[in-house]
Amino acid sequence: MGTDKKSEPINRVDGRAKVTGKAKYFAEFEVPGVTFCVMVTSPITRGTITTINTKTAERAPGVLAVFTHLNMPAILGWAEQGNNSKLPSGGERYRMLGSNKILFNGQPIALVIADTLERAQHAASLVTATYNKAEHHTDLLKNKEKAAMPPRMGDYTRGTDANAHNTAPVVLKADYTVPIEVHNPMELAGILAFWEGDDKLTVYAKTQGVKSTQRTLAGAFKLDEKNVQVYSEFVGGGFGMGLRTWPQEVTVAAAARALKKPVKLVLTRDQMFTLVGHRPYTIQHISMGATRDGQLMGIYHEATGETASYDDFTEGTVGMTRFMYACPNVTTKYRIVPLDRGVPIWMRGPGEATGAFALESAIDEMAYKVNMDPLQFRLKNFAETDPEKNKPFSSNNLKEAYQLGSKKIGWAKRNPVPASMKEGDWLVGYGMSTGVFGAHRGESTCRAQLNADGTLLLQSATSDIGPGTSTAMVQIAHEVTGLPIEKIHFELGSTAFPPSGSQGGSSTVSSVGSAVFDVCTALKGMLTEAGLTFDNGTVKPAAGKSDSLQEVLSKQNKTFFEITKSSKGGAEQEKYSLYSFSIHFAEVRVHPATGVVRVKRVVTVADSGRIVSPKTAASQMIGGVTGGIGMALTEEGIIDHRFGRFVNNNLADYHVPVSADVPHIETIFIDKPDPVTNPMGSKGMGEIALIGFSAAVANAVYHATGKRIRELPITPDKILSA
Amino acid sequence: MNQFSYVRVTSKESAISAMAKDKTAMFLAGGTNLVDLMKSGVTSPERLVDINNVPLATIEETKTGLRIGALAKNTAVAENALVIKHFPLLSQALKAGASPQLRNMATVGGNMMQRTRCHYFYDNALPCNKRNPGSGCGAIGGFTRMHAIFGASDKCIAVHPSDMCVALTALDAVITVAGPKGERKIPFGDFHRLPGDTPEQDNNLQRGELIIAVDIPFNQLSAHTHYLKVRDRASYAFALVSVGAAMQIKGGNIADVRLAMGGVAHKPWRLKEAEAWLKGKSATEENFRKAASMAMTNAKSQGGNAFKLTLAPNTIVEALKTAAAQA
Ligand SMILES: Cc1cc2nc3c(=O)[nH]c(=O)nc-3n(C[C@H](O)[C@H](O)[C@H](O)COP(=O)(O)OP(=O)(O)OC[C@H]3O[C@@H](n4cnc5c(N)ncnc54)[C@H](O)[C@@H]3O)c2cc1C
Ligand code: SF4
Repeated sequence: MGTDKKSEPINRVDGRAKVTGKAKYFAEFEVPGVTFCVMVTSPITRGTITTINTKTAERAPGVLAVFTHLNMPAILGWAEQGNNSKLPSGGERYRMLGSNKILFNGQPIALVIADTLERAQHAASLVTATYNKAEHHTDLLKNKEKAAMPPRMGDYTRGTDANAHNTAPVVLKADYTVPIEVHNPMELAGILAFWEGDDKLTVYAKTQGVKSTQRTLAGAFKLDEKNVQVYSEFVGGGFGMGLRTWPQEVTVAAAARALKKPVKLVLTRDQMFTLVGHRPYTIQHISMGATRDGQLMGIYHEATGETASYDDFTEGTVGMTRFMYACPNVTTKYRIVPLDRGVPIWMRGPGEATGAFALESAIDEMAYKVNMDPLQFRLKNFAETDPEKNKPFSSNNLKEAYQLGSKKIGWAKRNPVPASMKEGDWLVGYGMSTGVFGAHRGESTCRAQLNADGTLLLQSATSDIGPGTSTAMVQIAHEVTGLPIEKIHFELGSTAFPPSGSQGGSSTVSSVGSAVFDVCTALKGMLTEAGLTFDNGTVKPAAGKSDSLQEVLSKQNKTFFEITKSSKGGAEQEKYSLYSFSIHFAEVRVHPATGVVRVKRVVTVADSGRIVSPKTAASQMIGGVTGGIGMALTEEGIIDHRFGRFVNNNLADYHVPVSADVPHIETIFIDKPDPVTNPMGSKGMGEIALIGFSAAVANAVYHATGKRIRELPITPDKILSA
Repeated sequence: MNQFSYVRVTSKESAISAMAKDKTAMFLAGGTNLVDLMKSGVTSPERLVDINNVPLATIEETKTGLRIGALAKNTAVAENALVIKHFPLLSQALKAGASPQLRNMATVGGNMMQRTRCHYFYDNALPCNKRNPGSGCGAIGGFTRMHAIFGASDKCIAVHPSDMCVALTALDAVITVAGPKGERKIPFGDFHRLPGDTPEQDNNLQRGELIIAVDIPFNQLSAHTHYLKVRDRASYAFALVSVGAAMQIKGGNIADVRLAMGGVAHKPWRLKEAEAWLKGKSATEENFRKAASMAMTNAKSQGGNAFKLTLAPNTIVEALKTAAAQA
């Protein structure tokens, strides 16, 4: 590994379990005596509950308990954590069922627990409440004056001429809007919790990090972490919504303790819109100056995103602008506006995808302004080293990626003049964009167990929300040990295993993969000491030795060899700027009369180091682009601000792309090892698959029609009214 | 969901008498709309009369046209050879609706009776005159992107969401219904209502009446038909605007034509004036455009749906162009 040697494309090691239903998701675990929880939610957006009547619900058949703010058992950790005066809103945190205050529409006001789901649902419909309504604010556009600098992200400036973006010979000023988007994984969120006594909690959860869920629950209930077991082996999509352990998951665990019964909560689809985060509505202003021959002179990028009144959600929306192009003067600002809404959470590609839509659209606009091919314009302003950190990139193969991608899509063959290409009645357009995301690596631990039969078991408390983590890990172990794929088994999704980080920020292969690499390497050393060696797919006596693996083990009175290794990036990494890059080319058709946009062809090139598992990596890119098509063309959570309520909170009206929206997606990997990131030479790729993609589509729409759409999603009405 | 009782009937007569016995009873066909409405608490029948075993699913040729049973599944109608031969527009419209899974369950009668998809109607926390007469129309002044540009009232601006019904309106279908007092026929165009002051009433079916069949008279329009549905994603989305167009063209002239729109009104919207004007004219884009602007005479935007004032005529022209171009 860490070499130019290519990995084999292998099938998902858990593919069969998934398609045959053997793979179990949290809600499918059967625990004897399980009870069912349904949440009653607030129809108002801000105010207080004046009365709440649970009598009828309590008397309904099968009902075991109804919890409201009046009788909810105290959650000690919450009470102690108190408030946070750093919050833009002044500090009061949201504590579900902690008081009669309503902070957002859809906030749970009662938990109804019954012996069957249907009975809980029915009883939940019998809970009534009266409210004292207060004025609410859910519209970012009408509350811009509340924009505040988030506690954790300052402004950035470089260069000697902060005004260059205004005074350069060619100036572009444009505003871009990214709407609320909702993760909407197929699997609904929730938790199944049960206790042994008062101090041992076990949960099956939908989470992207069993360890972080364990920490949150242990903190809330003031337990030793080892007394909280979290299982989450299979997750039916997360896209970021599982990076938090949500308040309702904590309250359900509290209810289970009070009732002394296992309690299961599965959110409804409409609750997925309000209770597990969303991509924040974000407006962005970009002002950009360049010389007439296309040299960038200044960029000003300001992003304003929503947060909740009770939390300061912050993301890296303007980060890319700071270093992506060799521009001498750059200023970025990021502001948040507290609204009476549930708190946002990172959604795939997170803020970087939001920011890249603005930056990569603006770059395209500027390229047209200075009469340059958008690809040439990017090359002309290419940053050879990171101008923000003033460090070399550990690896940056973007130039090769530009070349490979443009060749594949036929970039040079297009007529660059907007609205010049046609196929029948349809306008044809080509667009491109760049994506970038930090090549993160966290600390991770893995246990290896080599059994007497020569099979290898690996365990780590990481998660797999779908990308095929186990497959990649098995492949890494296979390449280190030479053992065949079928002899290696990787287990994850349990806090019983050695600790690892959450699956997020495109860091799993780099972090956990390194631990797998290190533990397998250590295992090799262990075998050498024992007079054994991996040889051609099996464990054999080392040269000059005669005892087999079984004989060595039995002489040592063991049934297996075992070793655990922790791994993290070294100081070497400080010297470099570590990023993964992608480049997207999209070919679209736009119908001028109906405004319909179809993505016809996509070529996406990833510079994400050495590709550890080519097949699942390609799937990952395809999935990311599909999400990108949604971001570009179809996805938008719509709120009627008069009520503060969503008006499309279901999968019929919130449009995720269907198969017919997704064309053939060509994925190309540079597949060159990064010398710094980790022993495999890999860099992350979950986010770069999506980051920038929406701009490629918007740019292609411009090329097709001459219409610049700066507000996502690009639906037919926007084309017609542009 | 409230408790309800459930009976399965096997004949028209038992279906009608089961309904007569209970004021809150409702027929259950494919259940793809009714069950959702029950789950969200919008509709709470105390008794469901399951009509799926009533023998009303046949599609047969009569002397004057095709007769399609009310319980024929949407898929069965869309894939039926007689339908494809005589009324390709109906097949195209059905296939443009919902998803294969839904079409496999959905019936012709249920499709006609499906309720609006106006979000306010489905959300009990929001006002809606259709769900709760007198509570106000939540949509007016709010999210109106999907709403009507024709025939709306100040009580309701919802649209009828069906694709199938657009084709059936265009094709001059006639509905047969049966009730305690016997059978009666309703021309398709008279079945659905405009909201007026009583948006709670979607159509003119009387309580307790069972839809039995739809008759479509033969016509000469099968050579040039097109159902064009403009929507927010390529499949599985309700129409922003849809147009069903069918023409008979002789020597470049329009001998006969049918035009109807979906996604624009509380009922499938037949464009009779435009049809009359087109008859006898040559099948040119210019004429299509004139007819389209004629069709828009009384259109009115609600704000969020202003784009439909452009999209609707454009879609009419595109549908006619595509239909005319067919060999
Ligand atoms: C997610 C989703 C997307 C959809 N997309 C589309 C779309 O794009 N285009 C489209 O056209 N449709 C669409 N539909 C709607 C679908 O076509 C209807 O739900 C379906 O046609 C209803 O038929 P059903 O047999 O299931 O009716 P049911 O749900 O069983 O019944 C609906 C109503 O009709 C009444 N009823 C049924 N049969 C009779 C009868 N014989 N006589 C009297 N009353 C009767 C019932 O009492 C009930 O009130 C969609 C539905 C869903 C859920
Ligand atoms: S448009 Fe009609 S269905 Fe929608 S809220 Fe108004 S009254 Fe209800």
